[in-house]
Amino acid sequence: MQNILEVQDLVKHYRQVCAVDGISFSLAEGMCFGLLGPNGAGKTTTIEIMEGILKPDRGQILYRGRPIDSEFKKRAGIQFQNTSLPDHLTVSETIRLFQSFYPEPRPFNEIVEICSLSDILSRDNKKLSGGQRQRLLLAIAIVPQPDLVFLDEPTTGLDPQARRNFWDLIRRIQTEGATIVLTTHYMDEAHMLCDQIGIMDHGKMLEIDAPQAMLDRHFEGVLVRIPFDEPKRIDFPLPEGTVVRNDAIELTSTRLDETVRRLITLGLSLDGLSVHKPTLEDLFIKLTGNTLRA
Amino acid sequence: MKSFIALVRARTLEFVRDRGTFFWNLLFPMILVFGFALALSDPSPTVFTVALAGDAPVELDFISIEQIDFVRYDLESGETMASVVERVRRHELDMAIDFEQQQFFLNTENHTSPLIRRIFEDSVLRDRMNGIEVPVFVEREISGQPIRYVDWVVPGVIGMNMLFSCLFGVGFVLVRYRKNGVLKRLKATPVSAFTFVSAQAASRLMIVLATSIFVFAGTNAFLNFTMEGSYLSLLIVTTLAIICMISIGLLFASRLKSEELAGGLMNLVSFPMIIGSGVFFSLETAPEALRIASRVLPLTHFVEASRAVMIEGAGIVAILPNLLALSAFSIVFVAASALVFRWD
Ligand SMILES: Nc1ncnc2c1ncn2[C@@H]1O[C@H](COP(=O)(O)OP(=O)(O)O)[C@@H](O)[C@H]1O
Ligand SMILES: [Mg+2]
Repeated sequence: MQNILEVQDLVKHYRQVCAVDGISFSLAEGMCFGLLGPNGAGKTTTIEIMEGILKPDRGQILYRGRPIDSEFKKRAGIQFQNTSLPDHLTVSETIRLFQSFYPEPRPFNEIVEICSLSDILSRDNKKLSGGQRQRLLLAIAIVPQPDLVFLDEPTTGLDPQARRNFWDLIRRIQTEGATIVLTTHYMDEAHMLCDQIGIMDHGKMLEIDAPQAMLDRHFEGVLVRIPFDEPKRIDFPLPEGTVVRNDAIELTSTRLDETVRRLITLGLSLDGLSVHKPTLEDLFIKLTGNTLRA
Repeated sequence: MKSFIALVRARTLEFVRDRGTFFWNLLFPMILVFGFALALSDPSPTVFTVALAGDAPVELDFISIEQIDFVRYDLESGETMASVVERVRRHELDMAIDFEQQQFFLNTENHTSPLIRRIFEDSVLRDRMNGIEVPVFVEREISGQPIRYVDWVVPGVIGMNMLFSCLFGVGFVLVRYRKNGVLKRLKATPVSAFTFVSAQAASRLMIVLATSIFVFAGTNAFLNFTMEGSYLSLLIVTTLAIICMISIGLLFASRLKSEELAGGLMNLVSFPMIIGSGVFFSLETAPEALRIASRVLPLTHFVEASRAVMIEGAGIVAILPNLLALSAFSIVFVAASALVFRWD
């Protein structure tokens, strides 16, 4: 597959803060790429440089091999993290307004159908619920029939049902052939939607890969977790590779029965023991030593 | 062009749907005009005011009537009969007697004229019966509506409303759009800053022109303002003034990100402008320095020109200096805001 976007060695400072610190990656056409990281990791800064909204201090973005220009603006669909909509306009007026900005806008009915807006077309922008608002913002993003769609935390603050609906929407747009870049701090969302993810923290890219490949590389087997009131006071030797946390110990295991037998021999109480397949959440903790500072 | 029209439409809808602002823009100036009309309507005069121009014989019975205020004009020292007559026309005087040409002037639209004519003719008759030599005075009829304070102040009130509406309607809204990210969202579309900003300005021009016409027509229906000149001239000067004030609003809106700061600055500019432009009080008796300073205020040129059109019947040529000043200000402000404009 041809690369639609190349991100080369981006650096962006805000006074003292280095928001983005030397990031490079490329996007294959038609994929869904997820930028993951806690608040302040530099996701918004990175995606806005990719959109051509922010100027990087260093590095460049190549769209189909060429620096981004005004043609790019007609082919990119953008949803910012925080955007107000024009006051006192209804949903349909807002869509029509944005349609007027593009030489070949997507037909109105198609937009309404894709984003399931038909019930709220005459509603004032200010009276939309969180999920409806995000759907309208996405509708605006797909007005230009974009071949690249940028979504900055599109599901933050939505209830689980609304999030799920939004995922369907994003998949639908992807099946139509658009390449999607989204940021999120929900690891499950990234796992569900993205063909490839990049985990960011403190302006740096820690890892880039397909979600499952990344997990397979870092974890063998399953995660075993035993809660403790004060695990730091355990004074006997624990199996190799055990991680002691504030309220529990954790270890990975490829052969669960053997591990459990060993823990029993150590005389540990197995009350509350849980076993699960490692998630991106666990991976993030492993990579950064932190939980998501969401 | 398609996006220009769509943006104009969106902005205008926004104004019309924002009920509070909408009614405020219409009602506030009308209340002000009616307020001035009520509070400052002329108290009905208990005496007449009559001008005596030239040498008036002292023995005339008429001149001895104590209920009449006599103002003497010495035609030798600069004052012309025309300017005295002009004051009769504006109802500032009820009658003017010219002793040099032996004529007197009455305003047919002044309801006191028949009464004062009878008093005058009766007293001349009485003088003649008493053997006093009185020349024959020829009556000259003139006509003209009285100039009430409200006639004089209405361009000022409308001008002030235009100023607020342009500054806040353009300036404030753009600053808010910059702050809440609407501008940033537009920057991500192929719309140019020029298209966007000129659409805002065009929408505001239509809105303010429509409000001004509405306010003028609405108050005129009840107060029947003096209108000596042509409505076309008035429309031209109003349109130019609105463009000029919008361009000031644009200058504020070109960069600022804080609504509070923008609001404060706009108040800081508009209040001295209102006081310094002679909106409520004539600058004729103001200190020289203030009168010179007032020349750089766009509002002065609007108020001056529209008063000239309405009260003196000035044509386009007479108000050309004001029109040129307004155009020059607009060009300067638009250019300056284009230079410093930022989306974010
Ligand atoms: N306009 C700005 N001015 C100063 N600092 C900023 C600005 N925008 C972002 N930052 C800083 O840059 C870092 C990265 O921010 P951001 O890209 O918004 O992260 P994320 O989207 O992952 O939450 C943060 O430390 C943030 O405080
Ligand atoms: Mg962000």
